[in-house]
Amino acid sequence: MNKPINNRAWFLVLPVLVLVAFSAVIPLMTVVNYSVQDTFGDNEFFWNGIYWFDDLLHSERMWNALGRQILFSAIVLLIEVPLGIFIALHMPKKGFWSSVCLVLMALPLLIPFNVVGTIWQIFGRVDIGLLGRALAGLGLDFNYTQDVIDAWVIIVVMDVWHWTSLIALLAYAGLRSIPDAYYQAAKIDQASRWAVFRYIELPKMRGVLVIAVLLRFMDSFMIYTEPFVVTGGGPGNATTFLSIDLVKMALGQFDLGPAAAFSIMYFLIILLVSWAFYTVMTNLDREEGPQ
Amino acid sequence: MTETLASPVAAAPVRAVRVRPERSVASAVVLTLYILFLLLPIYWLVNMSLKTNSEILGGFSLWPRNPTLANYLTILTDPSWYMGYVNSLIYVLLNTVISVTVALPAAYAFSRYSFLGDKHLFFWLLTNRMAPPAVFALPFFQLYSAVGLFDTHIAVALAHCLFNVPLAVWILEGFMRGVPREIDETAYIDGYSFPRFFARIFMPLIASGIGVAAFFCFMFSWVELLLSRTLTSTEAKPIAATMTRTVSASGLDWGVLAAAGVLTIIPGALVIWFVRNYIAKGFALGRV
Repeated sequence: MNKPINNRAWFLVLPVLVLVAFSAVIPLMTVVNYSVQDTFGDNEFFWNGIYWFDDLLHSERMWNALGRQILFSAIVLLIEVPLGIFIALHMPKKGFWSSVCLVLMALPLLIPFNVVGTIWQIFGRVDIGLLGRALAGLGLDFNYTQDVIDAWVIIVVMDVWHWTSLIALLAYAGLRSIPDAYYQAAKIDQASRWAVFRYIELPKMRGVLVIAVLLRFMDSFMIYTEPFVVTGGGPGNATTFLSIDLVKMALGQFDLGPAAAFSIMYFLIILLVSWAFYTVMTNLDREEGPQ
Repeated sequence: MTETLASPVAAAPVRAVRVRPERSVASAVVLTLYILFLLLPIYWLVNMSLKTNSEILGGFSLWPRNPTLANYLTILTDPSWYMGYVNSLIYVLLNTVISVTVALPAAYAFSRYSFLGDKHLFFWLLTNRMAPPAVFALPFFQLYSAVGLFDTHIAVALAHCLFNVPLAVWILEGFMRGVPREIDETAYIDGYSFPRFFARIFMPLIASGIGVAAFFCFMFSWVELLLSRTLTSTEAKPIAATMTRTVSASGLDWGVLAAAGVLTIIPGALVIWFVRNYIAKGFALGRV
């Protein structure tokens, strides 16, 4: 897509630049500042070099949290992406029922994160929750506040409940953009259902699916409120993900230096992965050309 | 002979693909199961909000035996509860207005011109959508305390711009791409100035895009808790934070907690209804 070169366009971008600089650059510089200093209190700071980063790389606590975080994001993506596509394939293409489906499916996306946590906290309880009660009725010993596996199960199921619809809606938007002629051609060729999916639907959904995976990766990697409400990071540290650990460190213990170093590493990981995705996405956009 | 050859070709564009009945039944079953899975936990919340605490803890029932609105009354008559909703709505609306206003010209610039550093700038904006709120919680707290904005609605609205402005730019840029550039050029030839063209011709053309962007800003600002809780104490405390406080303070007031939860779902549900035809396109950031 060839656009005219016009550097005066910077003036149009200026308001965004000022606003985001205020709400992103200044705070980020504060973090960088803390990460290379130490204090004995009384607001007196002195230069500390890369000590905190070195410390961080040898911190078992950080590596464990990072490991749990990666495991969680991987599980969640592996379940949500195929399930979301599967649901989208079964949605009605138009009419009243497709509106109803869209509205009902979008509902979990608009519930505040801590209310999502509260809903599942209640739903999973053995004494008053439907899920906990049902599992107990089946003879399963389900207790997410005591058992590590149960805690993981409820958090993963909660995330699937919360976010699968996002993938489904995106995939649905991709599917709707496929002209009928493609399906008719496939029918004339007597293509199997699988072939239609593999060679028509999947390639056409590729663009939106990259966005879906990108959004889901970022958000699952930043997850804080929902597991915090349901398990508080427990039992023990079993569900303490990166954000939970960071908030504990920064706002709970007020260990500014280590927390800042932690923040920077955390941000860099997300940035790296997202950059890879973004590159893929812009390449896809270029292939498809102007629309 | 000619007829049989010609008919499938002629009929093809008109007739939609026929779905075999057994497949549509299977689809309906899959969808029904999925939507049941989505609605069950919400139903349980509504169910609990209509019970008294003694009924919740006393016995197990699938529906309220003696439905009561007492829990809702508690919330709607106590200012410390309902002001939470007011606070949330104020900063969410402020944020939506700010985000969309600044994102509009920027998205236009990105969709129409190439300029020095545009790709880097766009990616830099996106990185802010990727920044974990946990990273920013502490510096935001110090920044807004330093400039005297701590515990005000505008502080939360500005903080949420961190992730909403990039998102709004991203969505609007996607929608603006769909508008052919010939329209801009024709308008300029007709003697329209840029501001007049933008307000009178361009904005109505992407009205649905603006609606979708506003919806997403509303949504992400409404559901976020970590930043809004860190940046407020009493004056601008959001409803979500009010809920967490009550859990720890009174311990087991499940009925009120559930009622408060149900009330936080309602604004979202209302907004969804208005944008239902654009939701899917919006989630795809206008790129469908």
